[in-house]
Amino acid sequence: MATVELRFSALPEHVRTARLVAAAVARRAGVDEAVLDEVRLAVGEACSRAVGLHESHDIAAPVRVLLIEDEKKFSIEVGDGVPGPGGAGAQGAAQAEGVAESDGEGEDEMGLAVISGLVDDVEVTAGKEGGMIRMTWPTTTAAVLP
Amino acid sequence: MDLSLSTRTVGDRTVVEVGGEIDVYTAPKLREQLVELVNDGSYHLVVDMERVDFLDSTGLGVLVGGLKRVRAHEGSLRLVCNQERILKIFRITGLTKVFPIHTSVEEAVAATD
Repeated sequence: MATVELRFSALPEHVRTARLVAAAVARRAGVDEAVLDEVRLAVGEACSRAVGLHESHDIAAPVRVLLIEDEKKFSIEVGDGVPGPGGAGAQGAAQAEGVAESDGEGEDEMGLAVISGLVDDVEVTAGKEGGMIRMTWPTTTAAVLP
Repeated sequence: MDLSLSTRTVGDRTVVEVGGEIDVYTAPKLREQLVELVNDGSYHLVVDMERVDFLDSTGLGVLVGGLKRVRAHEGSLRLVCNQERILKIFRITGLTKVFPIHTSVEEAVAATD
């Protein structure tokens, strides 16, 4: 198992960097080319959500992204620093319709709706240390060894 | 890649051509542009997304906000998009039912219903 860890200050301009890094590591791990767009979008959504939570809760700590290469799968964990039920949005998809009527507010839920629409294997957890979104994709081939 | 925005008038429609990436960082610029147009009295908007490389839920939120604003003035907001990767985001969020999506600016400008 190999891991790349990325930490960035909770600023919107860094979300693009997280997308690019995640897509590069996913490609290397053997995630299908056709799925890379989904990886990019899903990790961007998770990071945007984390940045928003850090901003609204005035958290100075960076957003943490773990990119985990496993034997037959590739996982991305995006952690925020908001303890408690901050991650209580696993049912995000069901909320998308209501969100569509709002303006700006509720983008958290729309982000989760997009993630759950895109990724088959998603886990949203809330803990004392903060919330976490874990997304997993299968890899088509064994990882390319250097 | 940053966001590029340009506007032009075609008849009673205002075409907003968007290029680049619409995400949590750049979406506020698009929001400002749409708000400004509506404040200036442009209530029939066509957002041309053919040159958009990336769109996330923040961008969707801005488009929904724009739609809400023009509707308050009996206006319309139509999208132009042929890119499957972008259309997919509208489909999974159910927004294809909310926005009229056209294959060309000409078609969007000519549309009346």
